[in-house]
Amino acid sequence: MAQRVLEILQERLPHAIVETGSYVGDEMALVDRAQLVEVLTFLRDDPRLDFAMLSDLTVVDWLGQDPRFEVVYQLYSLRHKHRVRIKVGVGAASEECWVPTATGLWHAAAWSEREAWDLYGIKFTGHPDLRRILMYEEFVGHPLRKDYPQNARQPLIRRPDAPSTDDQTTRLLDHSHDRRSE
Amino acid sequence: MSQDNPSFIPTVLQDAVNWAQKFSMFTYPFATACCAMEFMSTMGSRYDIARFGAELPRFSPRQADLLIVIGTITERQAPVLRRVYDQMADPKWVMAFGVCASTGGFYQNYTVMPGADQVIPVDVYVPGCPPRPEQVLDGLMTLQRRIQDHRGHNQVELGNTATISFTDRRHLPVLPDGTSMTLPPEERMPKDGRVR
Repeated sequence: MAQRVLEILQERLPHAIVETGSYVGDEMALVDRAQLVEVLTFLRDDPRLDFAMLSDLTVVDWLGQDPRFEVVYQLYSLRHKHRVRIKVGVGAASEECWVPTATGLWHAAAWSEREAWDLYGIKFTGHPDLRRILMYEEFVGHPLRKDYPQNARQPLIRRPDAPSTDDQTTRLLDHSHDRRSE
Repeated sequence: MSQDNPSFIPTVLQDAVNWAQKFSMFTYPFATACCAMEFMSTMGSRYDIARFGAELPRFSPRQADLLIVIGTITERQAPVLRRVYDQMADPKWVMAFGVCASTGGFYQNYTVMPGADQVIPVDVYVPGCPPRPEQVLDGLMTLQRRIQDHRGHNQVELGNTATISFTDRRHLPVLPDGTSMTLPPEERMPKDGRVR
């Protein structure tokens, strides 16, 4: 069923499709960023496809590859009960790291795109309210990028005499009130 | 009556006050994660925390004297936890329930605070993921011993509370501007909740 989705897409918008693939029943199409909104609009509005639901929008960070990021749209048709996955490659350079927003097509995209901005730093051009959604405003950087330092902490508040966070086990033992020491 | 050299009667009175306080804990469960299930089990009839006088959770920190930090505390929640602690009236105690509240547990990442003691003083740590109710009861009994010995963090700060008179303002923990009197000035929290 979903194989037909790719065929229709290939037939109607061949200039937008970079690559198609199928793996264990999941159909995927890698599309060009310039035609992304055109492809998504077609997928939503064509009565044979009718992808009325954006079930997820996420990002993959392929550190070291070019393009570095892949924005992934998981679409589902409530009427035809089929799915398709649309991917767009996005470069790492700050002027390249953008994707046109899908909020005009699905309202569900608004928070997903905020999450993608928050954690991966992908700018969604035309988004009505692109703020951080999970991390706090004071947070610097985008923590799910593969080059974000693993142990970096950005605390909002700390006690002046807070115990050291280096070795958790030692710290817990040092501060515990064991029955033997009572 | 001097704080440093309390006479015999306030000292004995302090022991009686401590004895009364340790069997009358009003808990505030700051429950954020799955450890809350084990807390419910501890509060229930099978493990029956009422045997230790701590069966009544108060869902306002102003009515509680034992803050139980149950579950993972994220960096974003830390100012909230600090404010809840500052709103509690003296004398107060804190229990870190589970490894996440004690050290951050296995979440060693950008978002989880490595232990509730990064922002508030903690009296007793109950490890476990989640801790068994027996561990929680053991932690509570440990805390009761510490209260009786006058070794809770807040008791140490206050000194002999039996000698505090009604004119002594130290029994009023929250100032009109929202800060806590029981903390040193540099630790007091401004109204916008942001301390660096």
